[in-house]
Amino acid sequence: MKARVLVTLKTAVLDPQGKAIEGALRSLGVHGIGSVRQGKVFDIELDQTDQTKAEATLKDACEKLLANTVIESYRIEFVS
Amino acid sequence: MKAAVIVFPGSNREGDVARALKAVSGHSPAMVWHAETALPAGTDLVVLPGGFSYGDYLRCGAIAARAGIMDAVRAHAARGGLVLGICNGFQILCESGLLPGVLVRNARLRFICREALLRVERIDTPYTRKYAKGAVIRIPVAHGEGNYTADAETLRRLEGEGRVIFRYVTTAGQRDDEQVLNGAANSIAGIASEKLNVLGLMPHPENHVDPLVGPTDGRPLFESLAGVLERA
Repeated sequence: MKARVLVTLKTAVLDPQGKAIEGALRSLGVHGIGSVRQGKVFDIELDQTDQTKAEATLKDACEKLLANTVIESYRIEFVS
Repeated sequence: MKAAVIVFPGSNREGDVARALKAVSGHSPAMVWHAETALPAGTDLVVLPGGFSYGDYLRCGAIAARAGIMDAVRAHAARGGLVLGICNGFQILCESGLLPGVLVRNARLRFICREALLRVERIDTPYTRKYAKGAVIRIPVAHGEGNYTADAETLRRLEGEGRVIFRYVTTAGQRDDEQVLNGAANSIAGIASEKLNVLGLMPHPENHVDPLVGPTDGRPLFESLAGVLERA
């Protein structure tokens, strides 16, 4: 089973890297972009075939390591 | 004083911190590899040195905070043992839950390597007894992620409990949250745990201990520790 975990900064947290990318896009003449927030993507292969159990494993992984929940939130997606 | 310096892959300030400890106490600390599961018997002080543990992969200090030795460090802190985290060590303390909040990318995105001015906010801690209250000291910083961030409630608690030990200040000795060098909330440079036994700070006091290389404003921090531990 394959899953994708997305870790992003919480909305209240300032993202200086996203802001710099936003500015760079503007200076490149890419118009129509309101704002940019940068995050991380983890593509994970699981031994588990039961989706509920797999989700519990991934949640554990996120809480213990992949995300710092002080500033980041995470989302789990299963890839078929 | 029995001190142990934890060495992670990518630590690079362990030698400087060991020199500072030796200079004030006459004893070299034990160097403890991160994969160990116990501290040397009788350890009074644990130091997490600066550097780039695990290449700053994932988040600064994130992987080091989950290393084998960290359970022993947490147990040591829970017993009231002293734990000092400098720069990457401060990031590791935050990631391991021993201190609240987190250190994020500097507000202006630059790696900052220069001398900073800090105000010593409290001198009734094991780390600051040899300073004068409110003293403004010169200590170098060298970091890309030193922007201290925490939610409003945590900041209120830290301030209310007097746990901000070092603050960045201007040449006039004043706090300026708008112009603080790395964007840190409330100009925070260093904080302590509730019982004041765990201290994390971004600046490098171990750089300024020897008159040969300039100011010695970092030396009283190590002298404070040596004094506390001798009396124990």
